[in-house]
Amino acid sequence: MTAGTEEILSFEEALEKYDPVLGFEVHVELNTRTKMFSSAPNAFGDVPNTNVTPVDLGLPGVLPVVNRVAVESAIKIGLALGCKIAEKCYFARKNYFYPDTPKNFQTSQYEDPIAYDGSIDIELADGTVFTVAIERAHMEEDAGKLTHMGGSTGRIQGAEFSLVDYNRAGVPLIEIVTKPIEGVGSRAPELAKAYVAAIREIVKNLGVSDARMERGNVRCDANVSLRPYGQEKFGTRTETKNVNSLRAVEHAVRYEIQRHAAVLDSGTPITQETRHWHEDTRSTTSGRPKSDADDYRYFPEPDLVPVVTDEAWIGRLRSELPEPPAERRKRLQADWGYSDAEFRDVVNAGVMSSVEDTIAAGVSAAVARKWWMGEISRRAKIADVEPAELGVTPELIVELNFLIESGKINDKLSRDVLDGVLAGEGTPTEVVEKRGLAVVSDDGPLLEAIDGALAAQPEVAEKIRGGKVQAVGAIVGGVMKATRGQADAGRVRELILQRLGVEGQL
Amino acid sequence: MTDLIRLSADALSLRLRAGEVSAVEVTQAHLDRIAAVDGSINAFLHVNTEQALSVAAGVDRARADGEALHPLAGVPIAVKDLIVTKGQPTTAGSRILEGWQSPYDATVIEKLRAARMPILGKTNLDEFAMGSSTEHSAYGPTRNPWDLDRIPGGSGGGSAAAVAAFEAPLALGTDTGGSIRQPGAVTGTVGVKPTYGGVSRYGAIAMASSLDQIGPVSRTVLDSALLHEVIGGHDPRDSTSLTDPVGALVEAARLGQVEGMRIGVIRELSGEGYQAGVLTRFSESLELLRSAGAEIVEVSCPNFRYALGAYYLIMPSEASSNLAKYDGVRFGLRVVPEGTPTIERVMGATREAGFGDEVKRRIILGTYALSAGYYDAYYGSAQKVRTLIQRDFASAFGKADVLVSPTSPTTAFRLGEKLDDPLAMYLNDVATIPANLAGIPGLTLPGGLADEDGLPVGIQLLAPARQDARLYRVGAVLESLLESTWGGPLLAQAPALDGGK
Repeated sequence: MTAGTEEILSFEEALEKYDPVLGFEVHVELNTRTKMFSSAPNAFGDVPNTNVTPVDLGLPGVLPVVNRVAVESAIKIGLALGCKIAEKCYFARKNYFYPDTPKNFQTSQYEDPIAYDGSIDIELADGTVFTVAIERAHMEEDAGKLTHMGGSTGRIQGAEFSLVDYNRAGVPLIEIVTKPIEGVGSRAPELAKAYVAAIREIVKNLGVSDARMERGNVRCDANVSLRPYGQEKFGTRTETKNVNSLRAVEHAVRYEIQRHAAVLDSGTPITQETRHWHEDTRSTTSGRPKSDADDYRYFPEPDLVPVVTDEAWIGRLRSELPEPPAERRKRLQADWGYSDAEFRDVVNAGVMSSVEDTIAAGVSAAVARKWWMGEISRRAKIADVEPAELGVTPELIVELNFLIESGKINDKLSRDVLDGVLAGEGTPTEVVEKRGLAVVSDDGPLLEAIDGALAAQPEVAEKIRGGKVQAVGAIVGGVMKATRGQADAGRVRELILQRLGVEGQL
Repeated sequence: MTDLIRLSADALSLRLRAGEVSAVEVTQAHLDRIAAVDGSINAFLHVNTEQALSVAAGVDRARADGEALHPLAGVPIAVKDLIVTKGQPTTAGSRILEGWQSPYDATVIEKLRAARMPILGKTNLDEFAMGSSTEHSAYGPTRNPWDLDRIPGGSGGGSAAAVAAFEAPLALGTDTGGSIRQPGAVTGTVGVKPTYGGVSRYGAIAMASSLDQIGPVSRTVLDSALLHEVIGGHDPRDSTSLTDPVGALVEAARLGQVEGMRIGVIRELSGEGYQAGVLTRFSESLELLRSAGAEIVEVSCPNFRYALGAYYLIMPSEASSNLAKYDGVRFGLRVVPEGTPTIERVMGATREAGFGDEVKRRIILGTYALSAGYYDAYYGSAQKVRTLIQRDFASAFGKADVLVSPTSPTTAFRLGEKLDDPLAMYLNDVATIPANLAGIPGLTLPGGLADEDGLPVGIQLLAPARQDARLYRVGAVLESLLESTWGGPLLAQAPALDGGK
């Protein structure tokens, strides 16, 4: 089936007719030093098949050993999601043949996950709160990465051969599964995005994952089903796999609701299957049929002993938990002195942590907000990425701000400096020099320009002399024009007033 | 040189330490014996001549330099080809691993190397340790040194035959349902399955992870204890490995003691289905133990009747999953079928060509037993039986310090005799399987020759988990009592082998 050829209903019409039910499986890659069951490094981006031991390759005779730090991370995630922690839980083998899985089974958990029965409050942009019930969070290992070669699409169809990199095989994963989420109506896409954002925030805040979606540290499978309003029984669901950005989660849920509605309207039943999300067409295509009876022949992993927890251990981990995000938000708003609207904008723009880091690096709350909500958000929008993904560091903002406050550059020039830094031309100071962007701070040329501007607008000069200081803007504008923006506007204003003898009225 | 190959590991150790003989001489004697007789026995899949001699030479130099050496340094050993070794092939008796070399050593191999024991080579076995006769090896059957037309037991027939044929004083085996003990019984040798977790499984190619255990194979009880102490102990790479110290096994074997001990005869493991000659020798052993001051009591383990059934669900279930990794993708055999070679077709063709019938049979059985809808009835029920068997043992060990039974219901059968009757083959392990299901240790030692066929009979001793020392304590006494009735070791009565190469 080609992407985007299916009939869909408008979102509004779909919601008018049908009640959507959502469910999410989010996989979080932990940032432990070593893998889930071996001593191989857990690292991203290395030369393929270098971060492997005989265990990761599934060589004959090998045995797994559980990474204690990964278990602690799992418990922390469970606690942060308000889950109960199992006193004793087992690993299980999920058997299926696929070349990215070296043993042809995945070591996972089945009947008894380490964490279960939790819930998390999700706040939408307008402040509406939905409570999402968490069914379980369990430990498992990641698979290797397949690269299909020789085809035009990079997909397995049409490929001549495939390469496999086992560096990722055995990386610790926590799979967080929600209970069905009902009653969200038209807020479903927003909730989907907000839920995944919240999970990402929690695991990042816990320090247990790098939480970078673009690297696959957080991956979402989104389940969607529709039912007529008033019907209790769930409709048939589809599972859109590996949706790997917040926007994509929102769009995929929206699309599936529209597609389901069209299928149901045509009187056809929904096929229970997995779906693939395509960012280019913003649509899904059919994957493989998925029935509840998929037979993975689960059985308890005989090579591992059960994980046994106790109150002392859990208590210690609980005491190590960082401040929960909701409380943190409350505290930060108070610390920064933002209004409710200002703070919500910062949160909704996804730049709260960036603002926090930037303030910590040495600028005022107002300056941090100005940068993240202004110039950086503007650029993120153009590039269609999250602001934090642009590569602007808190240190960079501090340096730009220092250059502005010391009068070396002005706001307008700072954008050019940022361009230069992001283009790899060096530090802000280096860019200022290389591009010749420094504001004209020698009063000589400035005075010349001021005299020119005053002469060009004698009537304005007269008004200022007469006490209408606010008219100074017109002269400043003239000076800025004459200096092609390279003057420090504050200094210009100062000099104009000095020149006209109205210093005292600054 | 003939003398050297007939010496026990303990005797070799003494002579090596006294400087009466060099490690190179000892190793060369065994390599010569292998060259002379293994053409007719086929115990070895690979002979490790150069490496073994080089290790031996190193031991001799070290001894000359006055270095402190392990007591078994320079005593050669054979290794079942289910245990991975660097620098030598490891096949698991299967075509699917033909030509594969492990890039790492099993933990037990590291320990042998640390003790500086020359490794003579890798011994034959039923493919992936699945069988009771070594006939399921992809590399041809091993023959019983007592009668070359008969099986040496299995799966560890190669290790048992090598030791029985004086090709090695010691060997390593693995025991999932009796693969050390049953070959020991039918070749007139000693073999021990330690307590589950007593010896690291890291590097033992898994058949059924919850049942597999590496253990010693030897000609005397003391020799097994010496080897057991080398290979035993905690290994952080094996999560199921016990943290207990190995225990004073050699001391237990040297001292020996049965006086005042209660020895329990398991009612369900004798009588019907057991060969008459086996039962006669078994009764004699009981009499000897009684005469030495042991109290013989009868115990009942009513759930043992379900043991074989439970075993043949749990073992294939785990095996079906453990053997999934042999798919031609990463190592070993790869068969690319004609036509479009999709991954499914390559995996299928590789497994079709690489696995033998018995392996396929167990993979299919296990896959079925784990399937949704059947899991509870099969795997689930089998696990419950396992608990019942553990309870039977717990109750029996309340009445007795050690349990005793024949190791195998019959003496060695003829090659090919049971090849077409898997159930008859499986019944060979009826007395050995309960110990694996319960995780307890077991030892077999020769109990004499059956009157009707003149072939060795094995006596099995069982002890509670972590009480492996009791096996050696009682085994050493029974061995000594039996040998005094025979006027020497049982293997002295084995026919001479005239080679064949």
